[in-house]
Amino acid sequence: MTMFNLLRRQPWVITVLVFLILVTVNTVLQPSFVEPSVMQSNLATFLPLILVAIGQTYVILAGDIDLSVGSIVALVNVVTVTVIAALGGTLGAVFGGMAAGFVTGIACGLINGFFISGLRFQPIVTTFATGIIFAGLAIWVLPQAGLPVPDAYWMTYTESVLGIPVVAWVLIAGVVFTLVVSRLPFLTRLTAVGGNRTGAFQTGLSLGGLRIGAYVISGAFASFAALCLTGETASGDPLLGASLALSSISAVVLGGTALAGGFGNATGSVVGALVLGMIGNVIFFAGLPFEYQTLVQGLIVLAALAGGVFVTRR
Amino acid sequence: MNNPRILAALGDPLTIAIAASVGLLIVGEILSPGFAQGSQIVRLLTIAAILGIVAAGQNLVILGGREGIDLSVGSMISLGAVLAGNMMDGQNSGILPALLIAGGIPFLIGLVNGIGVTFVRIPPLVMTLGMTAVIQGGLVVYSQGVPSGAAAPLLSAFINQPLILGIPGILFVWVAIALAMVFVLRRTAFGFAVYAIGSNERAATLVGLPVPLIRVLIYGLSGLFAGLAGVCVIGYTGTSFISVGDQYVLPSVIAVVIGGTSLAGGAGGYLGTMAGAVALTILQSVLITLNLEVWARQVIFGVTLLALMLLYGRQKKLRV
Repeated sequence: MTMFNLLRRQPWVITVLVFLILVTVNTVLQPSFVEPSVMQSNLATFLPLILVAIGQTYVILAGDIDLSVGSIVALVNVVTVTVIAALGGTLGAVFGGMAAGFVTGIACGLINGFFISGLRFQPIVTTFATGIIFAGLAIWVLPQAGLPVPDAYWMTYTESVLGIPVVAWVLIAGVVFTLVVSRLPFLTRLTAVGGNRTGAFQTGLSLGGLRIGAYVISGAFASFAALCLTGETASGDPLLGASLALSSISAVVLGGTALAGGFGNATGSVVGALVLGMIGNVIFFAGLPFEYQTLVQGLIVLAALAGGVFVTRR
Repeated sequence: MNNPRILAALGDPLTIAIAASVGLLIVGEILSPGFAQGSQIVRLLTIAAILGIVAAGQNLVILGGREGIDLSVGSMISLGAVLAGNMMDGQNSGILPALLIAGGIPFLIGLVNGIGVTFVRIPPLVMTLGMTAVIQGGLVVYSQGVPSGAAAPLLSAFINQPLILGIPGILFVWVAIALAMVFVLRRTAFGFAVYAIGSNERAATLVGLPVPLIRVLIYGLSGLFAGLAGVCVIGYTGTSFISVGDQYVLPSVIAVVIGGTSLAGGAGGYLGTMAGAVALTILQSVLITLNLEVWARQVIFGVTLLALMLLYGRQKKLRV
């Protein structure tokens, strides 16, 4: 009974178990999985989803949703590579481009927050609409995929610092962020907003500020994801990240956060995103015929979501 | 002039959507003479009819409340189109089996959506998204990635050629579906039950309505409408591919919202949704007529949605 209660309060424990099982299965299927270089390249592949899922968690905790994250990733990516190219491709230009991309992501979050919290628009339709706009702007900035970044950018991304790969540092930074935020009053208040909006309002919480803050965090993490993707692809692509919105929501749910808001944590979403990535890996190495892979992946994700919801429901 | 009934009608989403449609037609006619001529309007309505049929199911799901939304309609349309294409294979004799299979299988999948939402309590957004991935995977297996099958000539003619008075058959079907939807929602126990579970599920349970059964059925009907829309899609284009329905997912939600159905459930109706589908189709057509670049078309489309939200998509204030 205590075990069951633990699972109810900390549903991500199951996700961690599933993750460990997937790691074991993957290692059996692909013995090279544990080699540092393979782990690094896997992590580099998973990282954008992990980061987007962290940001998405805060929006969902407040009872909202952000369907525009994929478009924000694309827009930040093309802004970054375009600014780098415009500034001449020097080291200073790389930092200038990254800063411009980051500001773009924050601005996108502010716009979402303004419409949804400020003007009381419905979140699903609004972030769908702003997503279309951001994606359109991305095509305007860079109509065709291309515009390679200076070698220094992607080489740094694949390097190691102090013996630890840069991608691992990014993951550590993301996890530390979620742990720090989970100790702040901000998270308690955000959860209150998602759990009981009227009650939170009557308590005197600044609903507008909190909900806009969540969207800005989501925009910021979408920017980080875009900067990582830029390190991975080493160029710009206005159609990047199309599937990120939906997979980030799945990762958040798998991480034990209630989609209706008011319960959960972003650290769980990191594990949820890792599980999604590992499911793809395991299916790939299980040697299924190619045409069955999407179906099996879909079924497993659906089953995992059902299981996750079944445990967290209250 | 200050008659409250007239004022209420002016603020009604149905009126706004119809006014928006007429306004867009005028804009289109000014931009490109001939835009609003009879044959063009019939063509626009044909496209709107397919969206409208999908949106009928979406409308029921959203009316049923509890964050109801069906994002799997896109893959169900693709499924319906691919199944119907294979059943017909260009033969008129295959039309009836095609309708049965392409409507029936998505109906059953929709019931599974409903069971997941109702009994496992998976949020509809997640359930129907997960189902989308499963259906798409199933389509890849079924079709081996190669599109096959073709529309029967009779079906293509029914959708693309004038039947009576220059109007193609699909528009009569749409009107029939509309009459059925309005009748069911306003005059039958099932319709009242849909509104009841959407506006206050607890009260609906307490008065003895079979709430879970109704909700499961709603999702099944959404699948059925999407599958039938898939048959229309293959009739319209002649062939199908496994992602042909993707483009209908969010427009179906938006048509419902523009038409004045609350995303919170329990309020709205199908007439508004029809007007919403027509307005959305004309808007897309005007944007194409403008010969704008892709990005500009997307930005204008998005901004228009936001403007529509400003008109009547806003949520209630917390301060009373």
